[in-house]
Amino acid sequence: MEDVKDHLESARAQHPAREVIQMFVANRAAVVATAVLLCVVLAAIFGPMIYPTDPFEMVWAPFTPPGTDGFVLGTDYLGRDMLAGLLNGGRVSLTIGLVAALMSVFIGITFGALAGFYRGFVEEVLMRITEFFQVLPTLLFSMVIVALFGASLTVVTLAIGIVSWTAVARITRAEFLRIRELEYVTASRAAGASNLVLISRVILPNALPPIIVQAALMVGSAILFEAGLAFLGLSDPNVVSWGQIIGSNRPYILDAGFTVTIPGLAIFVTVLSISLIGDGLNDALNPKLRRR
Amino acid sequence: MTAPLLEVENLTVRFTTRDGEVTVLDEVSFALQPGERISFVGESGCGKSMTALAVMGLLPAMGRVSSGAIRFKGEDLATVSETRMRQIRGNEISMIFQEPMTSLNPLFTIGRQIAEVLQLHRGLDRTAAQQRAVELLEAVRIPNAAARVNDYPHQLSGGQRQRVMIAIALACEPEILIADEPTTALDVTVQAEIFALLRDLGAKLQTAIILITHDMGAVAQMAERMLVMYAGRRVEEGRVADIVKAPAHPYTNGLISCVPHISSVATRPDRLPEIAGIVPPITSFGQDVCLFAPRCTRAEPDCKAGKPKQMSVTGHAGHTVTCYHPHAEVTKND
Repeated sequence: MEDVKDHLESARAQHPAREVIQMFVANRAAVVATAVLLCVVLAAIFGPMIYPTDPFEMVWAPFTPPGTDGFVLGTDYLGRDMLAGLLNGGRVSLTIGLVAALMSVFIGITFGALAGFYRGFVEEVLMRITEFFQVLPTLLFSMVIVALFGASLTVVTLAIGIVSWTAVARITRAEFLRIRELEYVTASRAAGASNLVLISRVILPNALPPIIVQAALMVGSAILFEAGLAFLGLSDPNVVSWGQIIGSNRPYILDAGFTVTIPGLAIFVTVLSISLIGDGLNDALNPKLRRR
Repeated sequence: MTAPLLEVENLTVRFTTRDGEVTVLDEVSFALQPGERISFVGESGCGKSMTALAVMGLLPAMGRVSSGAIRFKGEDLATVSETRMRQIRGNEISMIFQEPMTSLNPLFTIGRQIAEVLQLHRGLDRTAAQQRAVELLEAVRIPNAAARVNDYPHQLSGGQRQRVMIAIALACEPEILIADEPTTALDVTVQAEIFALLRDLGAKLQTAIILITHDMGAVAQMAERMLVMYAGRRVEEGRVADIVKAPAHPYTNGLISCVPHISSVATRPDRLPEIAGIVPPITSFGQDVCLFAPRCTRAEPDCKAGKPKQMSVTGHAGHTVTCYHPHAEVTKND
């Protein structure tokens, strides 16, 4: 009897979420990347508590190579502790990446959902605005924003968010255009659902998979973007970020390459992990790629 | 005779397309009494579904009701506000669709989807709605309803999904249920079960049913009255028994003789009658001629002399036909 029950249990169709998790776990690179990213995130959260050295304090002779005099990652051109910089900078870089990505997802979903659902005039206006932002040179535009409103953490995050939401808007619109024609949307409408309910509770949940993938990738690109701005000196001078460490040590790259390489590697590993996770999510969430 | 629950009068629906305005429904009229079951019959593209969508206020964006009235308990649904229409949809008038496989949202449990209508229209809280969902699943004869209520649509078969759709449609005990080819996508055996279910529940809840189909067997099984549509017009209306026995319109006659009968299959297994030709393109709908004439075996030159008028068939109460040369003896209306 137990046998039969087991059999029936396994024959039952699986919950889609469980299937997604299984697909994701089957992707080795994505699993390793998740583990690596988890380490990076934990280091950024708890690192500065465990290793409380002030990243701005000049604690030792400049350009102390890694591993000497008790400095695991050495010191930079002003004799500041690189490890402290890396841990504190991780906090800033990851926060900016996450918040900027969330912001662009929020703007992108709003634009894309309204355009894809209402079509017609609304779509025209919203998509023209999207195209306007799309053709702006992103780095230049964000530099202008930072130059105008001052190089604070908030402004930098906003600047990144504002220049990178267009991809989400386009994906969301495309999904809405597809899903709004499906029968269950008509059926919900026939059951008396309002437009707001249709957008937020019927279509959006079904449109989420590609948006989630895009959002994950966007965290990575936002970190890179911030690094780029910081490298150019356009980031909050009162906080450390990975890009800023690279930027400030740039003149000494030939004398003390490690001061640039170490934060560069941190960015590389983090962004690569995020990309691999995004890729794994894409495989897991996109039914067309399943069971290859 | 009591006042009809739904009275559609000279309903004309026009679409604005790239090629200009086209008439999709041309002065369609019918009345539905409380608890009555009526069937819309006709080939694909004759306006059966459009009539239903017009009643629901769910015409595609390019379509609009250009004239006529849809009176539901004294309200004209053609002019009522969208807010009021939303209260009516799913609550007083419900609709179920052709494709049960895709008519349920794949992300939510069926219980939640049934509960949602109840929360929306009946103001039930979540627990009460969920409770009622189980009862409704039992009512549509889904075994082990208490456990199945937490299933997702992909865990159900097509027939079960259509039962869930029926449960959703009947959750608020509507006065009218529109079933748009509810069994086209299902097995024959399941079809019979779904029809039996619709008939039983309709009778129990005193719900009037509009069944849209091109299956004559379903009409005979389900409906008391039928309305035959061709090219956006009503061509014949009357009691199913009357029409099946003696169709007055050549089109209805053709439709009925297309149904394979056991005796004809036995004697002439190589032959199955058909109506020659196809439904005219939608752009030619609304012309001032009999649109069936090019396919009609009884067509005469005068069929092109304007739109045919509606006539009463002698001897059958409420049996009308819109034809110049009907199969039956008729008297002019008015």
